[in-house]
Amino acid sequence: MTIKLYDIAHSRAGDKGNTLTLSLIPYKPEDYPLICEKVTASAVSYHFRDLVLGEITRYELPNLPALQFVCQQALSGGVTTSLTIDTHGKSLSYALLEMSIDNEL
Amino acid sequence: MKETIRIGCGAGFSGDRLEPAIILAQQGQLDYLVLECLAERTIALAQKRKRQNPALGYDPLLERRIECLLPHLLANNVRLITNMGAANPLAAAEVIVSIAKRLGLNITIAVVTGDDIFGLLTGHEISLETSKPLREAGPLISANAYLGADAILPALATSASIIITGRVADPSLFVAPLVHEFGWSLDEADRIGQATVIGHLLECAGQLTGGYFADPGKKDIPDMAHLGHPFADVSTDGTAIFGKVAGTGGTLNVATAKEQLLYEVMDPSRYMTPDVVADFTKVSLEEIGPNQVKATGGQGQSRPNTLKVSVGYNAGFVGEGEISYAGSNALGRAKLAGSIIQERLQNQFTDLRIDFMGSTSVHRTSFGEHPDQYEIRLRVAGKAATFEQASLVGEEVEALYTNGPAGGGGARKYVHEVVGIVSTFLGRDRINPQVTLFQS
Repeated sequence: MTIKLYDIAHSRAGDKGNTLTLSLIPYKPEDYPLICEKVTASAVSYHFRDLVLGEITRYELPNLPALQFVCQQALSGGVTTSLTIDTHGKSLSYALLEMSIDNEL
Repeated sequence: MKETIRIGCGAGFSGDRLEPAIILAQQGQLDYLVLECLAERTIALAQKRKRQNPALGYDPLLERRIECLLPHLLANNVRLITNMGAANPLAAAEVIVSIAKRLGLNITIAVVTGDDIFGLLTGHEISLETSKPLREAGPLISANAYLGADAILPALATSASIIITGRVADPSLFVAPLVHEFGWSLDEADRIGQATVIGHLLECAGQLTGGYFADPGKKDIPDMAHLGHPFADVSTDGTAIFGKVAGTGGTLNVATAKEQLLYEVMDPSRYMTPDVVADFTKVSLEEIGPNQVKATGGQGQSRPNTLKVSVGYNAGFVGEGEISYAGSNALGRAKLAGSIIQERLQNQFTDLRIDFMGSTSVHRTSFGEHPDQYEIRLRVAGKAATFEQASLVGEEVEALYTNGPAGGGGARKYVHEVVGIVSTFLGRDRINPQVTLFQS
């Protein structure tokens, strides 16, 4: 069955220059293996293909548990010079949560 | 020596609410109150204000914040640490002196300077963002190094009840009082790593207590209109228990703490600050009571030999124009308007953006299926070298009233000057922080 990440996880976006960071935190720790398996760096790169021009790196944090994505060249130049409405990219956490995955391991 | 130190964070950005800091100073039983009010962007804008008027360049809310806080800080013996000095910490101290005199209060203020290293800059340094020399970004206007806890420690060793700084790494504002109180060494990397975890969790204030977290029905947060800001009780071994003042709104739990721990973090095993390369991958967060979270397990490796420097440059002007369409085929008419502007301006702007607000303006696309919107706002933005050129964007959009599609209304136009930010590294041996005392 296909589910949206929004149904099982929460996220906060952060910005450093032109780089966007996105956490992905499952509500239930038991969903951590599922998101590790399905929400790969390349899957997220494909999801954000219209927005993120650079590389996406994924970090695993089994201690929380959570994933962290670092997206290069994602903010149209960065907070002061971007022509976008959301210059910080703060709302992009909800763009990640729009991603759909198959919920079977 | 105290066994536990309580540090509160009463502001997480320059525009933050005033009330939570007052509640913390009044009822928080704090040893230290930190106000973190400086972002990458804020300091460059502050440098511009200082250039226009040498008596300005400190945080715009400084007077209001100090005026409300000062009596409570003195009555409850709470020391204030803040980077509200921004581009002009010495002028900020003069302002605090005059407020204290007016209120009939005797205080000592310690000012930490040395972050402004514009004079050391040649422009040939390589930008982290572009890998090209800084000067190629544009005319350089400011350069501020991120100072660390070591720059604040001499100020804490004085009798000052207020310590005011310019550019200091956000977590260092919290690391410094812990090192000062517990006699830790800045060379104990694991301890400083844990202190940095504590600072990072606190630095955005309300973002730890349920601010910027709520999603109705999914992540509910009570009484957000009276959101309280957090404090941490830190023990000599570095264990921290986070909490908030009873009766304030918000929630502090493991979920809010997780979001904040990862906020703006690149590699979680190498979170670089002037004090340490902190490792968050062994951090444990545990809910030990209502609105009580215990954090342990922060580690680190020795501090870097270079400090990051934020460099501001003149990036020209951005012109914007907006107009709304509503009712049947609103998106169709807005798109026609956008194509008219595109045709008229494309040869004059290398960087022009056309958004259909209510449809694709925020994420440049819309994920999934969504029904047509009743109303659409066209937004056009363009970058230009001069004010006059940037003004064209809004003028052309306004002209759509009588030259564009049917039913356009509510046109607005804006032009603003842009300060760009690039970064570089500078050897820490070239940076000399200083402390100056002021008395009221």
